[in-house]
Amino acid sequence: MDPLLSLQQLKKYYATQKAVDDISFDIQAGSIFGLLGPNGAGKTTLLRMITGIFYPDEGQIILDGKAFDPINDIQKIGYMPEERGMYKKMKIGEQALYLAQLKGLSKSEATEKIKYWFRKLEMETWWNKKVEDLSKGMSQKLQFVVTVLHEPKLIILDEPFSGLDPLNANLIKDEIYGLAKKGATIIFSTHRMEQVEEICDHIVLVNLGKKILDGTVANIKQQFKENIFSIETQEADSISNNPAFSVVRKEGKKVFVKINDGFSSNDVLQQVIAQNNSIISYNELLPSLNDIFIKLVEDTHATARAFQNI
Amino acid sequence: MHKIWIIIQREYSTRVKNKRFLLVTFLMPLLIIGLIFGSAYLSTTGTENRKIAVVDPNGYIKTSLKNTRQITFEFPENIDTNNYSKKGYTDILILPKFENNAKTDYILRSKKSMGLMLQNSISEKINSALEDQMLQDAGIKQNVLDSIHKASQFAELKAYEDKGSASKESNAGLAMGIGYASGFLIYITLFIYGTMVMRGVMEEKTNRIAEVIISSVKPFELMLGKIIGIGAVGLTQFALWIILITSLTSVGMSMLPVDIQHQVTTLQQSNGQMGAAGMAQASESAMRIYNMQHTIATANWPLILSCFVFYFLGGYLFYSALFAAVGSVVNEDPQDAQSLMFPITMPIIFSYLITNMVTQNPNTPLAFWASIIPFSSPMVMMARVAYGVPSAVSYWELALSMVLLIGGFLFTTWLSGKIYRTGILMYGKKVNWKTMIKWAFTKQF
Repeated sequence: MDPLLSLQQLKKYYATQKAVDDISFDIQAGSIFGLLGPNGAGKTTLLRMITGIFYPDEGQIILDGKAFDPINDIQKIGYMPEERGMYKKMKIGEQALYLAQLKGLSKSEATEKIKYWFRKLEMETWWNKKVEDLSKGMSQKLQFVVTVLHEPKLIILDEPFSGLDPLNANLIKDEIYGLAKKGATIIFSTHRMEQVEEICDHIVLVNLGKKILDGTVANIKQQFKENIFSIETQEADSISNNPAFSVVRKEGKKVFVKINDGFSSNDVLQQVIAQNNSIISYNELLPSLNDIFIKLVEDTHATARAFQNI
Repeated sequence: MHKIWIIIQREYSTRVKNKRFLLVTFLMPLLIIGLIFGSAYLSTTGTENRKIAVVDPNGYIKTSLKNTRQITFEFPENIDTNNYSKKGYTDILILPKFENNAKTDYILRSKKSMGLMLQNSISEKINSALEDQMLQDAGIKQNVLDSIHKASQFAELKAYEDKGSASKESNAGLAMGIGYASGFLIYITLFIYGTMVMRGVMEEKTNRIAEVIISSVKPFELMLGKIIGIGAVGLTQFALWIILITSLTSVGMSMLPVDIQHQVTTLQQSNGQMGAAGMAQASESAMRIYNMQHTIATANWPLILSCFVFYFLGGYLFYSALFAAVGSVVNEDPQDAQSLMFPITMPIIFSYLITNMVTQNPNTPLAFWASIIPFSSPMVMMARVAYGVPSAVSYWELALSMVLLIGGFLFTTWLSGKIYRTGILMYGKKVNWKTMIKWAFTKQF
């Protein structure tokens, strides 16, 4: 299957820093893609290039098999920036209509779709209210609606769940799954690793303007696993270091062990069974994306980057 | 282009539907009319009355010094500078003995200081009384003098402009009034609508909606749509004002007594040249209304109105683009806007000051240059155009000024577009004009 979006050696240099420095990756159609990175890594610049707000200095963006044309392809993209914005004094219905028309929908088409989405997300009574009367979570929902209203092929969501209560977050999450199922491709930019693990098929991690990680969530976890297993037994105290593994730490009945080189997980199990210790559970402990993120980004002084000159 | 149209519509309709817009539009003409009548009323009633004791050893002016509504002259005996206020006089006027027509001073003493206008009018009265006395001394009889005075009231200055074979009545007072009024209107509206553009841009930036919209349209389209939309609001406001003022005047006219209306019509038909009998018939108020209408009709209204629309729009586009650029670089702090606006507001204020001079002297070199340079031409050229084209402003001057203004606003719009594009997405950085200019002339994004 051809990718919906393909970035090829994108570069974007500002006067004081290399915001995006030679980044390439593909996003498959219909997938939910996670773009991760610490603050100031270049995510926003990357997204702004994909949405046609900025032009890359070098490199190419291929959308739907053709070179990206910011003027016409903008209709195929729905972008929800991290900093949400609405006209505070404008009525919600008119506002949604205005933004939809700017995306190229006709007035009647837009009205119909807004009504559909408002009904779906229980916002029907909002039409004549003003944004200043909405809570943060409510305006978030509105923002989501105007982003997906024109049925874009590519939906870019920057921190879509911030400010939402768990109920509304689930509502939006279900809509995201629904849109992906219908064939839309979703780029999801966030710092919240547990959400990424839950939602994304494929992730890319950028730091200091460069791509440092690319792959599916499962593969990446495998790649960064440290061969640590948790063993839950009746007599945890009896487990101690031995040639096959070393104990990392103990928590009640659970013991965390690291398998030594040249041994397999079955060797560990055999050792425990040989002690006649009855096993309750035995699991491999994969690193969380959070751990991987911290491990990769730590010590690069990424957070100080904004104040640095090159 | 279709998207700009959607933006223009939004910018226009949200402002025109706003209650404040309607309030300003309908109250402003009432306020202006109220101010005119109010100041006229105050100027007639608000002055003080003076009772002046005159010491006139020559006896020259006893007969010819006339009282007015405000000033009463009396010639009491035994009056001097020590006792005039005890005797109930506000001032004492002491004339010296005039000898051999030598220039001498006369003295006015008061307990309360006297305004310049009143002093001038007293001085005028005494001089004309002295003049009468001298004429009589030279042998002119009182009745001859009276008839001369009466006759001189009938003559009035009428200035005409020669245009080829035809000559047209001109009126410098009216030209000055129109020039001043239109210059002032442009001055005020540049500020009102310029800052409206700036605040609109700031709103979009601080509300963070700019990024949402810019992912649908180009920043330049957003800026242009806003500028055009607000400009249309300005034109709507002017149109409503003109309609309101003309309909208020015609309502006012129709409320006049029938006979006066009839007389005004007759005067119009006869072009002001009624026979002696008709003249006597026409009341003073009918004459006054006729004269006012006649004076107003001497101006070339189609030219003035179309120039006004052009210079309002040109000046507005020229400056509002700069205001938009400022709005785009301001963060949350309105204080930043104040200091960044300074280089834009200075030329506007200077142009207004120049306009005030030009309304009196439309043909100085300063007037010429200021009406050509786009920074000041919208106001200054209007002040000159009121004096007539081509009599005060030649066609090439007007054309050059217009072309330069069009070029000027294309330039400022282009410049501001570059600044705006960078500024609207830039947060947290304090920007000055130097960086803004740098943005405009270097490749960004």
